Amino acid sequence: MSDSPVVAEHAEHMEHDRPELRHHFADEEQQRNAASLGMWWFLGTEIMFFGGMFCAYLIYRLKYFPEFAAASRSLSLGIGTFNTTVLICSSLTVAQAVRAAQMGNRKLQVRMLLLTLVFGLAFLGIKTKEWGDKYREHHIPTFDFSAKDLMRDNQHLFGLDKLQNDPQALQKRAAEIQQHSQIFFALYFALTGMHAIHMIVGVGIFSVITWMAWKGRFTPEYHTPLEIAGLYWHFVDIVWIYLFPLLYLIDRRPGA
Amino acid sequence: MSEHTGHIVPSKLNWLVFIVLIVATCLTAWIATVDLGQFNTVVALVIATCKASMVVLIFMQVKYTSEKMTKAVLLFAVAWLILLLFLSLTDYSSRYAG
Repeated sequence: MSDSPVVAEHAEHMEHDRPELRHHFADEEQQRNAASLGMWWFLGTEIMFFGGMFCAYLIYRLKYFPEFAAASRSLSLGIGTFNTTVLICSSLTVAQAVRAAQMGNRKLQVRMLLLTLVFGLAFLGIKTKEWGDKYREHHIPTFDFSAKDLMRDNQHLFGLDKLQNDPQALQKRAAEIQQHSQIFFALYFALTGMHAIHMIVGVGIFSVITWMAWKGRFTPEYHTPLEIAGLYWHFVDIVWIYLFPLLYLIDRRPGA
Repeated sequence: MSEHTGHIVPSKLNWLVFIVLIVATCLTAWIATVDLGQFNTVVALVIATCKASMVVLIFMQVKYTSEKMTKAVLLFAVAWLILLLFLSLTDYSSRYAG
């Protein structure tokens, strides 16, 4: 009876030499793959969630291209590029933290995770500064919104220079620009806002993960929470990798 | 060892991916200011997709996973997204053209 492989395997678990292996998994690899697959299913739903907003962006960008291009130019290219690199730094530190856990290096793990939190918070801080700039420029939709600066800086793009002798047409076009450029900023705040909420959740998750790493909970055999939290963090990074060109780089060609 | 810990990505590879991502970010910001006509958007999206692929394959370790379902979930999620965006694109771009 005790020669049966099932009983033998069960007995092996009872001995607690592999305490992290749940009995319904064949081995550690299967257990780890199941956990990460679950996270990937969730990320699949996240792709559809952001996809809906990207689709709205696509449709309105096609319809009101000059307004989108002008509004995009009002965002700071330097700050946007810098913030993208900050987020990429945080992805590197997450990847290195997972590696440190696999190697059983607790000190390096904690250091990398603390750096991740610093980069994550720096990104959010810079983002807050950008939103503040938009507030000062009257670029918050419906809230004392003004497209006057966009019209002033993009006469040629909007075709306003051709309408100088026709005050009625000029006024009509100005009213359109006032309306349509708000759609860009509505999408800008929806997209960067949802992304920032994901970042805030990520910082919360990684605070717990850092605490767990500090306590020495992660071993080369078991560090699943760190690994799947890492998947989430990288996903949020990827969303920004697309948001950056789509929001900041619509049309930066000089003289266009 | 690897059976118990999963694939360990070499530190050098992580750093290489990081450097390529930073360079690609600067490249995309610079090339947006160069007049490529219709192709500015295409180039920006190609660069973004290259960056995203590197993050998925190396940082998220999809390249090394033995679980085929993970790859299937990723593939189908992206396929549905492309379907959504592409069909919307054909629809709306033909509406405004006329």
